[in-house]
Amino acid sequence: MPSCVTIRMTVNGKAVERTVEPRQTLVDFLRDELGLTGTHVGCEHGVCGACSVLLDGQPVRSCCMFAVQADGLQVTTVEGLAPARGRLSTLQDAFCEAHALQCGYCTPGMLVACHALLERNPHPGEAQIREAIGGNLCRCTGYQQIVDAVKLASSQELCHD
Amino acid sequence: MKAAPFDYLRADSLEQALHELARHGGDAKLIAGGQSLVPMMAMRLARPSVLVDIHRLAELRGWQVAGDAVRLRAASRQCEVEADAGLAGAVPLLRAALRWVGHQQTRNRGTVGGSLVHADPAAELPLAAAVLQARLHLRSERTERCVDAADFALGPMFTTLADDECLVAIDWPTWSVGEGEVLRCEFDETAIRHGDFAMASVAVQLVLDASGVCRRAAIGLGGVDATPLAFPDLAAQLHGRRIDASSAAEVAQAAAARCQPGSDMHADAEYRRHLGAALLQRALLRAAGEPVAGAAF
Ligand code: FES
Ligand code: FES
Repeated sequence: MPSCVTIRMTVNGKAVERTVEPRQTLVDFLRDELGLTGTHVGCEHGVCGACSVLLDGQPVRSCCMFAVQADGLQVTTVEGLAPARGRLSTLQDAFCEAHALQCGYCTPGMLVACHALLERNPHPGEAQIREAIGGNLCRCTGYQQIVDAVKLASSQELCHD
Repeated sequence: MKAAPFDYLRADSLEQALHELARHGGDAKLIAGGQSLVPMMAMRLARPSVLVDIHRLAELRGWQVAGDAVRLRAASRQCEVEADAGLAGAVPLLRAALRWVGHQQTRNRGTVGGSLVHADPAAELPLAAAVLQARLHLRSERTERCVDAADFALGPMFTTLADDECLVAIDWPTWSVGEGEVLRCEFDETAIRHGDFAMASVAVQLVLDASGVCRRAAIGLGGVDATPLAFPDLAAQLHGRRIDASSAAEVAQAAAARCQPGSDMHADAEYRRHLGAALLQRALLRAAGEPVAGAAF
């Protein structure tokens, strides 16, 4: 029986430590060990992007890595994008305003991918937005409202607080 | 869709990683970015009993100039290579190819060496390596060797890498460009969606002199055979000639005729061969600065 490994990482600013089986993926670790079920798991083999999280600030697919590989690193999930409990980030607010979600399955991954884009490039063009969400599948919206939401978030219109 | 159990070890040095590989025989596997290996383990197409993690080894990251080549260490991440302007200046085809590799989320983890070792016949980096005649440095506890990209890939997901070997660095030849000459490269592909594996892909690199005559050329096609194919003899036919619709079509047809593509639900062999020829002709014209509209395909 393979041995379990004790890992430590920072998730949404909080230090966590758990002992896990090496085969546990990062997404299962976040959802099952930490109860952070905002990150969705769709295909489990790197196709849909629903499981996207930020690893040391960069978007990655959390189904395509084992939790042990994130030992010592910083993870931000969709729960960590909001400024405070019960509040929305500008981008999340824009998603609501622009109807950028229907069933919501892809939304955590979309938010993470678009958040990373805006951090890098606060005023992306349409092509850059589409490129940034190129690794995320949405079966509902047809993507147009998601692109609109990112444009809205990058404009000044939503700065109401 | 969950990986079978395994033991995990994060190597502190390349030496330790090589030692673990030697100790466990074929049961151990190296993991770097894991963007191909983790899905394969999830689908249980791969079932290593030990995973040796080399992703954080500083000795396997970064690059330097080595003679007439850039020596890129194998665990350099695709995102780092893509963002490196110095590297893009020295080996522009590398950045041109990387643009087509997966998505930002996968390039943030995936490594250049990992893609070469995985050896998907439709993958972009193995095609770039074949076209530029890159040389791969392999190391194990017992030996060290250097293999040409053309001899490294043996078939789909199948290379000459032994169970105890690690790809440590790749030499990407840099082309010298004379007075008044320009270096041009093109990478293009057709896929169902951007970021998916290509039905057919093409890589072209040219040196053109001041009057637009081709002085040096390298061409290749991916996704249309068991391994990416480079065509140095056909490329040599372009030397000393101007690349126009007819010379590009002639070379593209000859290259496509040599491919043995497979068929699947997305494209049959004949269509893939046609795509290969069309992509190659267009890439040559684009690289040469010639109009693509009105070309034969
Ligand atoms: S669940 Fe990770 S990419 Fe689909
Ligand atoms: S909102 Fe349903 S998948 Fe995107």
